[in-house]
Amino acid sequence: MPFLEFKNVEYSYVSGEDELIQALKSVSFSVERGEFVALVGCNGSGKSTLARLCNGLIAPDSGQVLVDGASTTDKSALFDIRKKIGIVFQNPDNQMVTTIVEDDVAFGPENLGLPPDEIRARVDWALKSVGMSEHAHSGPFRLSGGQKQRVAIAGVLAIKPELMILDEATGMLDPSGRREVLDVIKKLNRDENMAVIMITHFMEEAASADRIIVLDSGRIAADGGKELFKTPEVFESVGLDLPLYVRLARRLNEIGMDIGCPLSADEFAACVSAAIKGEGK
Amino acid sequence: MRDVSMGQYYPASSPVHRADPRIKLVILLLYLVTVFFCNSFFSFGFLTVFVLITIFLSRVPILKVLKSIKIVIIILVITTLLMMIFYTDTKSTPLAEWGIFHIYLNGIYAAIKLGWRLMLLVLMPTVLTLTSTPTELCDGLESLLSPLKVIHFPVHELALIMSIALRLIPTLIEETDKIMNAQKARGAAFESRNPFKKIKAMIPVLIPLFVSSFRRADELADAMDSRCYRGAKGRTRMKKLKAKLSDFMALLFWCAITVCILFLKYNWCGWAFIAALAL
Repeated sequence: MPFLEFKNVEYSYVSGEDELIQALKSVSFSVERGEFVALVGCNGSGKSTLARLCNGLIAPDSGQVLVDGASTTDKSALFDIRKKIGIVFQNPDNQMVTTIVEDDVAFGPENLGLPPDEIRARVDWALKSVGMSEHAHSGPFRLSGGQKQRVAIAGVLAIKPELMILDEATGMLDPSGRREVLDVIKKLNRDENMAVIMITHFMEEAASADRIIVLDSGRIAADGGKELFKTPEVFESVGLDLPLYVRLARRLNEIGMDIGCPLSADEFAACVSAAIKGEGK
Repeated sequence: MRDVSMGQYYPASSPVHRADPRIKLVILLLYLVTVFFCNSFFSFGFLTVFVLITIFLSRVPILKVLKSIKIVIIILVITTLLMMIFYTDTKSTPLAEWGIFHIYLNGIYAAIKLGWRLMLLVLMPTVLTLTSTPTELCDGLESLLSPLKVIHFPVHELALIMSIALRLIPTLIEETDKIMNAQKARGAAFESRNPFKKIKAMIPVLIPLFVSSFRRADELADAMDSRCYRGAKGRTRMKKLKAKLSDFMALLFWCAITVCILFLKYNWCGWAFIAALAL
């Protein structure tokens, strides 16, 4: 049984201008424990709706969202579902409940009704995992955007979810803040075997995931591993940019230099040097 | 910008800072009641001594305390002066008079007592807010009010609302700033001398502020739901307030002071009480 499963999920809502917007159209997919999935798509493709469906913040119009076999429409299962799936939202300022970092991180475990010692241990662990231990007693307003978002991640982490969804959690951050957050997430995925769904429109971030799901106006346009970048059309047809190195490699391919499909600076360097050595022969 | 959410908290390490906020709140309540039982200069002086000792123990510079009640002091001085010149005492002759203003000896006494009493009334709450963070006070209040849960009074919800309100003040100030700048860029006249124009210029600031506050509230609610919030049900706390022996000693001490003031006012058992103390 997959950990998270969408079965023909449909969802529509009424927009501010009284239009009925069909956000998701018959979406089906599943995510296993420990997976690192990037969910990409343009604005209005239904990414955030999908995230909010995962932990029952909204219920599907038709179809089913199953978490560990329990449906999100079952109100009595919601608490357990939210224990298993945590969401980090875009704006860190709108996720903080208290004025002190460690109190805010403690909010989740406090809701679980854990004994004080256990909460203390989890808070310390969560803050350490995101590298924010030294800011435990400060107010969130002295922190930078990246630091605030790391605190928000710690707040979700302290609940010890099996799947963490980042809903454009890096969208409001500068490049260094984005890197900070991404590094923390990768580490958690690796060390804690926590599944991650990263919703983003930064293709460089998406390129670091094991699996990429492309969403286009409420439908899944593509779903696959890194090999998706070998067929760049799937991204371009839905209006997404390609990662920098994929674009560079494509240009080089066009002028007759075949260097494959590198996704990061290191891979790119390795591919280019291999290609140059190959030509030298 | 100073962190508004910290209120006027003055960080220092002192016994007053470390005291349990619940006990501090109880002592404050007891003290405020006691102030109203003071009626002689002696009892005022008696209480003032202990207020000064408390301020001294809190390691907050006395000037800092006075500065934070600057406006109150101004109002207080005006009230006292008004009381002095408008006091009428038909039994005695005035010390001085100009037209409708008469100054009586009793008037001066009454005015000084009024001023002194008001001063005492604002001093201790100020010491409390200078020595405890808003979060501590919130937690203290929640814990003190918890018996009201029996009559289904939403104590936890109230404390959470206070805590979120405190947390959002700086965010909203920032937001207001941004909106004002945006409106200025479009030629809004916030700097106008005309107060009506100024008020009118605030409308395009307040409406977006309200709209964005509601959006913020929605997002916060989603974030709280996602973090397993379901009200007070089954919720525990990481930081348990713990009243130490010294807290109870302080409470006992202030009870004793109250009893002394009551004795001074009602003269219970005659002055035999004083005699007993002397022995």
